[in-house]
Amino acid sequence: MDFLFDIPIIGLFIQFVFYLLGHLPVVAPVVVAATVPVALGAMCGFMNERSGVVNIGIEGMMLTAAFVAWWTASIVNSFVHTPAGPMGITPALLIGLFAAIAAACAVSAVHAWLSITVRADQIISGTIINIFALGITGYLNLLISQHPPTSAGQFGALPVPAAIIDLPVIGWLIDSFVAVGPIALSMLVSVLLLQFLLFRSRWGLRTRAVGEHPKAAETVGIDVIKLRYRNVIVGGIFAGLAGAYLTIEFSSSFQGGMTAGRGYIALAALIFGRWTPLGAFGAAILFGSSVGIERLIRFAPPEGSLGDILTAVPLQFYEALPYLITIIVLAGVVGRSVAPAAVGRPYERESKSG
Amino acid sequence: MPSTAGLGRRLRSTLLVPFLAILLALVVGAVFMALSSPLVNGSFDLTLPFRAYGALFKGAFGSWEALTRTLANATPLILAGFAVGIGFKGGLFNIGATGQFLVGGLTTTWIALLVNDASPFVAIPVALLAGMVGGLLWGLIPGVLKAFTGAHEVVTTIMLNYLAIFLLSWAVSGPLRGSNVTYARTDEIIAAQLPIIMGTTGHAGILIAAAAVPIVWWLLFRSTIGFEIRTTGANSEAARYAGMNPRWLIIFTMGLCGLFAGLAASTEILGDVHYMPASFSTTVGFDAIAVALLGRANPLGILFSGLLFGAMQAGSGPMQIEAEIPVQIVSVLQAVILFFLTAEVLVRTIFRVRSDARGADEPQLATSYGRKA
Repeated sequence: MDFLFDIPIIGLFIQFVFYLLGHLPVVAPVVVAATVPVALGAMCGFMNERSGVVNIGIEGMMLTAAFVAWWTASIVNSFVHTPAGPMGITPALLIGLFAAIAAACAVSAVHAWLSITVRADQIISGTIINIFALGITGYLNLLISQHPPTSAGQFGALPVPAAIIDLPVIGWLIDSFVAVGPIALSMLVSVLLLQFLLFRSRWGLRTRAVGEHPKAAETVGIDVIKLRYRNVIVGGIFAGLAGAYLTIEFSSSFQGGMTAGRGYIALAALIFGRWTPLGAFGAAILFGSSVGIERLIRFAPPEGSLGDILTAVPLQFYEALPYLITIIVLAGVVGRSVAPAAVGRPYERESKSG
Repeated sequence: MPSTAGLGRRLRSTLLVPFLAILLALVVGAVFMALSSPLVNGSFDLTLPFRAYGALFKGAFGSWEALTRTLANATPLILAGFAVGIGFKGGLFNIGATGQFLVGGLTTTWIALLVNDASPFVAIPVALLAGMVGGLLWGLIPGVLKAFTGAHEVVTTIMLNYLAIFLLSWAVSGPLRGSNVTYARTDEIIAAQLPIIMGTTGHAGILIAAAAVPIVWWLLFRSTIGFEIRTTGANSEAARYAGMNPRWLIIFTMGLCGLFAGLAASTEILGDVHYMPASFSTTVGFDAIAVALLGRANPLGILFSGLLFGAMQAGSGPMQIEAEIPVQIVSVLQAVILFFLTAEVLVRTIFRVRSDARGADEPQLATSYGRKA
């Protein structure tokens, strides 16, 4: 193998690939944990934007859900004590999860009302949501933290038999993607389901029509306003899952502003993935990988000249890559990403006469 | 139109909805504080909102010291408000004030540290200019991208905000890291510190913000380029037919936006902070959007809404100490004000105000991300 590594320049690249492959089992869980909230957030954006509504409020929806999940679960936990079932499921956590979904859907409903009925600027609507969520969760969190409730804990991973995890080649893949908690599992299901529905169902066809050419959709009898409302509100479910993941599955606590821009990365993933669920999922994994690579190089840099090169690059550069790539893709330098044609345009129904 | 009466009516109808939106937001805030009072002191306390607003008002206007704090807080908000407001006038939604602010803050610190031994008469103008140039350059990027590739400025500026965070983090923990510091921050800026002109916190940046108001007004409403910016914002097709160059105007407008965000950072760093930490936590970008929206993208409006939000920020600290209401209530109030402004129809229904015929001068901003169809 060494002769491969000694090829000038290409050898370094080969070394890099082997370095990554060698550390995959260690890095994969980090990557998955970084991917889940981004991918789920992107599904929320997908539901909005494919039906023609811009959503830059994903960040705020996720933050609200993260707070509600943690707080509700803690409150329920102080009344109901039951031993945890499989995957660490307790009534408190389940109620927290549903409360988070309901909260995100409620915020989505406000976004829908402003964007669709009021026909307000949709970016302003999203901005309001983000400012509001940061303020209100920070406010309540500070008040609560004076007498902090006991945390309800967090969901556990799906028990997968050791025999499967020990499988060569695919064992680590199952370990990091399937032997995870219920919300992370819901990500895989959501992505596949939405991808299927978008291109293979009546709902998907209608949604695409409403996002591309609402006037034409209306003439063939699709209720544009109703479909947009429904899609935007249902989209809240995914933001709810994304937020809840942060406080009752990945960790068991809440900090002010803890989404830390993940909602915006979700938006970037959606654009990078060309507004399809699978594409956005791929982009989310790419974004998650940049987090993983940064960690890996910080804590276990490779040896030799490859290590010298990788550690000479500022660590911030690896983290900045997803944002840089999104700009490049958006600018159409490497393959253009084109938005649904009607996105951001409020729909005004033709006046009904006679 | 009969001049004075018409002007009066127009002014009244422009000011009425923002005023009522602020009023409604204060009511909603009070109800919210009353509802959350059990979390503050264990039982429902209907006087809590009054105590909180009282402390907020006293902390913002109650003394000369409070007043100077309000002005110092309003300074970056007004300047960054221009960074968003000028964009609105040109039909661009600048979500990137944060990034332009951070890069402007970085360049201003960098240059200020280089001239740390010089006379303040040299150091201050040079450092201010550096901040403006830094913000300008960061603002030009989304402008150029939009003009030549059609990449929507909303998404590119959001991405550039994060790139600015990483750039700052790298620069301050690396090349600009101070020599005698315990955490990642730069050395202290000495020569380029803005002089304190009133109280203990009222720095000369206040004068810069005050001077910027007529300059921006002149630029937008009396200069040729301002006319072109506004025409492009109202109708870019019409602007092109009239022989204007929308491409160049987009780049110019975004650059100008960035310049003001950079200047906002300069006043903040040189007037108040005096160094740059590796992670400069700021909400100025979103505050600036709120300022510009409440001020209806008008320079005078931005001045007043900047003062309002500056006062809220200045009063929020004393409020947290006296009434135990967390400072985050200010963000909640901001968001609720914006909500009522946006959902104007609610305000008009609640107060039974008739709708005025809106002109076409308010551009619809969120059109499409990708390339124009």
